[in-house]
Amino acid sequence: MAKLRENLPSSRWGRFLRWLREGDDVLDRSMAEALEAPAPAPADALVPLPIPRRLTRTRQRNLTRMEKRLRALYVVTAVLICSGIIALLLVTTAGLPDFGDPDNPANNEVPRHYIEKGLEETGAVNIVAGMILDYRAFDTLGESNVLFVAVCAVIILLRLHSGDPRERLRDEADERSREPGHDIILQVVAALIIPLILLFGVYVILNGHLSPGGGFSGGAVMGAALILFQLAFGERHTARFFTFRTFRIVSVLALGFYASAKAYSFFTGANHLPSFITPGIPGKIFSAGLIPYLNIAVGMVVCCTMYALYSLFRKGDV
Amino acid sequence: MQVLMILLLVLVIACALAVALTKNLLTAAVVFMTQSLALSVIWLILESPDLGITEAAVGAGVDSLLLFATLKKIRAIDASIRRKEEDGHGEAP
Repeated sequence: MAKLRENLPSSRWGRFLRWLREGDDVLDRSMAEALEAPAPAPADALVPLPIPRRLTRTRQRNLTRMEKRLRALYVVTAVLICSGIIALLLVTTAGLPDFGDPDNPANNEVPRHYIEKGLEETGAVNIVAGMILDYRAFDTLGESNVLFVAVCAVIILLRLHSGDPRERLRDEADERSREPGHDIILQVVAALIIPLILLFGVYVILNGHLSPGGGFSGGAVMGAALILFQLAFGERHTARFFTFRTFRIVSVLALGFYASAKAYSFFTGANHLPSFITPGIPGKIFSAGLIPYLNIAVGMVVCCTMYALYSLFRKGDV
Repeated sequence: MQVLMILLLVLVIACALAVALTKNLLTAAVVFMTQSLALSVIWLILESPDLGITEAAVGAGVDSLLLFATLKKIRAIDASIRRKEEDGHGEAP
C-alpha cells in the first residue's frame, strides 16, 4: 500500500488526478494571460512581458480547508454530470434503429410520396432540392431567417463605429497597418484559384435542382472564396465591390423575394396554391418551377452572410 | 470502403477528443479543422455529397477562419508564441 502511494504521482491515475485538479487552472491561466496581454502594442515595444504565475503557485498554497472541499465537490460533480450525459447519449444511440433499415419509422408514406411523385410534381431531378425548396419551402425560409438574425445579432454586438468619421478613419488606418501586407505567394495562388472556387459555387447553386448541392452549399463555397480574396488582397480591394451597403441590399432583396414567393405556406399549411409556374421539362437548366430562383436567393444570402460574419469578427465592420 | 470508413470514424473520434484535451487554442482549432475534413469525406461515402460540400466549406473553411479571427482578436495566438519563446523552444522572430 505504501509503495502504491509512493508511485502515485507518477502513475497514470496520479497524472489523471492532477489533470483533474489543475484542469481549471490551465484555463484560468490562459485567460488571465490573454487579458493581461498589452493593449495594441506599438511596434517598437517588443519587451517580453512577465507571464503571471501567481494563479498557479500561490493559490495552491493558500487554499483553505473549505476551498479544498469545495474544489473536490466541484470536480466530483463535474465528473458525475459528464459521465451521466455520456451514458445517456450512449444509451440513446444504442436505442436508435439501424442505419438503412427498411422498417425504420421514418420510412412511412411521406418519403414514399416524395420519391415517387417528387419528380413529377416539382420537376426537380434532385429530390432533396424538390423537398426543401418546394414541399418544405417554409422550413428553408425559417433557416435563412435564422442565419440573417444571427448576423444581425453579431452586427449589434461587434460593429464598432459610431458616427464619428475621424474615429472611423483612425480605426481603418490601424486595421490596415496590421494587415499581412503583400504576401506574394498567397496573392498569386489566390488569383489562380479564387475564380475556380467562385465558378464552382455558381455551378453548385445553378444546378441545385439537377445535382447534389443547392443554395446553401454553393453560397458557402462562394463566401469562402470572398474570404480568401479578402485575406490575400486586403480590405481596400474588397471594398470596391462589397460594402455594408451591398450586404444590406442583397440580403434584403433575396430574403424578400424568397418570403414573397413562399410565405403563403404559413397561411395555407402544407396545401400548396395552384400555380401558373409549370415544372417544365425535368433535367433542363430552366425547369423545376421556382426552385432555381429560390436557390439563387438562398445562395446570395448565405454567401453575403458568411463573408459579413468573417469581416465583422475580424475588424468589426463589413 | 468499410476499412476506410472505420479509419475515418476513428479519426473523427480521436480529433474530437484531441480538441477537448489540447491546451493550445491554436492547435485545437487546427485539429477541429481536420475533424471537419474527415466528416466531409464520411458524408461523401454515405452518398450525400451536398452535405459533404457544405461541411468542407463551412466546417473546415469558414468555421476555422472565424476561430482564427477570434483567437487573433483575443491575442491568444501571440500569447502562445510568446510563451514558447520564453521556454526557449521557439525560434527567434
